Amino acid sequence: MYDAGKVLTGIVIFAVLVTFPFFLSAGKAGPKPDPKLDTPAIQALGAEKQCVESKAFMKANHMQLLNDWRDNAVREGHRQYVGLGGKKYDISLQNTCMKCHSNKTKFCDECHNYMAVKPYCWDCHVAPKEKKA
Amino acid sequence: MSIDRRQFLKLAGLSAAAAVGGPVAANILMRSQLQAADETPAPGALTARRWGMVVDMSKFTSEADIQRCVAACDKAHNVPHIPTKQDIKWIWEEKFGNAFPDHEQVYLAESLESRLFPVLCNHCDNPPCVRVCPTQATYKRPDGIVMMDFHRCIGCRFCMAACPYGSRSFNFGDPRPYVAQTNPEYPTRTKGVVEKCTFCVERLAKGLRPACVEASNGALIFGDLADPNSEVRQLLKERYSIQRKTALGTHPSVYYLI
Repeated sequence: MYDAGKVLTGIVIFAVLVTFPFFLSAGKAGPKPDPKLDTPAIQALGAEKQCVESKAFMKANHMQLLNDWRDNAVREGHRQYVGLGGKKYDISLQNTCMKCHSNKTKFCDECHNYMAVKPYCWDCHVAPKEKKA
Repeated sequence: MSIDRRQFLKLAGLSAAAAVGGPVAANILMRSQLQAADETPAPGALTARRWGMVVDMSKFTSEADIQRCVAACDKAHNVPHIPTKQDIKWIWEEKFGNAFPDHEQVYLAESLESRLFPVLCNHCDNPPCVRVCPTQATYKRPDGIVMMDFHRCIGCRFCMAACPYGSRSFNFGDPRPYVAQTNPEYPTRTKGVVEKCTFCVERLAKGLRPACVEASNGALIFGDLADPNSEVRQLLKERYSIQRKTALGTHPSVYYLI
């Protein structure tokens, strides 16, 4: 190989530069998101803590569900949702979701910040008032 | 092993079909899973074939009567008041000559010339704003209400140019600092979105009449224009009414008894 020294040095410098961010933040993983359910409305539900769908479904599909709700309520005028076990809900982010999940910073933002997703719901929708911790 | 041209083409075609068809099929199956959940119209909602409003001017004796309706609407929908030309209006007051330019005359009855008229979106049967909206953010519902889907508005303001009644306002900035008292039951709007009166679709869905109608003490009458027995049609049958800019062919749903 010609100029082996220069080439190898270059490769090493390149490798260090590219992996530098990984070394820098190794072992410094941010705390895992831990969305809280301890709002007065949810505590009042007692042992039967149940969202409109199962926990697994909500965890994986709440964004599709919210999109679906939005389109149905605004464009079709379908404002009632039949959820798990035939229970009926008013389709509304502010008046249904956030009445239970009144802790937006500890529930929504917890995961959204961790995943660096920025849903623009709250540009218009009014977030529930929370006590400043 | 060797393959001829025909075999090669067959194989290539099959692989292409599998590559494209697989994800599409999976997508369709996944979506049907979500749609198993069902949304329905809320029971107890007020329904009509064509919603309309009659403004009985004999019951608007002072400006305060109009302001009461305006305040009720602003409070219900978080309508901001911005003390510049960028103000947001859903229902507001206008002089006769501005509200009804077709009817303006040099020697107008004093009772008309001196007073203010409440004006709002006319929820036209032939709405020009809907025709020009490039994203269908504004659209006509089957019950005649010209509805606004704020989620879909891109703020192009074509609708504002199209509306001959000035019923649409644009949010040049964040409206939140100007909302006097935020109603937590209703969203605000955001910068870059056009807004207007929606005939209170969210209240109709709960079986309530529009906020301005409730606050008007009977001066605003709301009902089904397609039903000949409705209160609005009875009033229109008995009394002389005018509408705003009928010559334009928009067929407004708001009538004024003067």
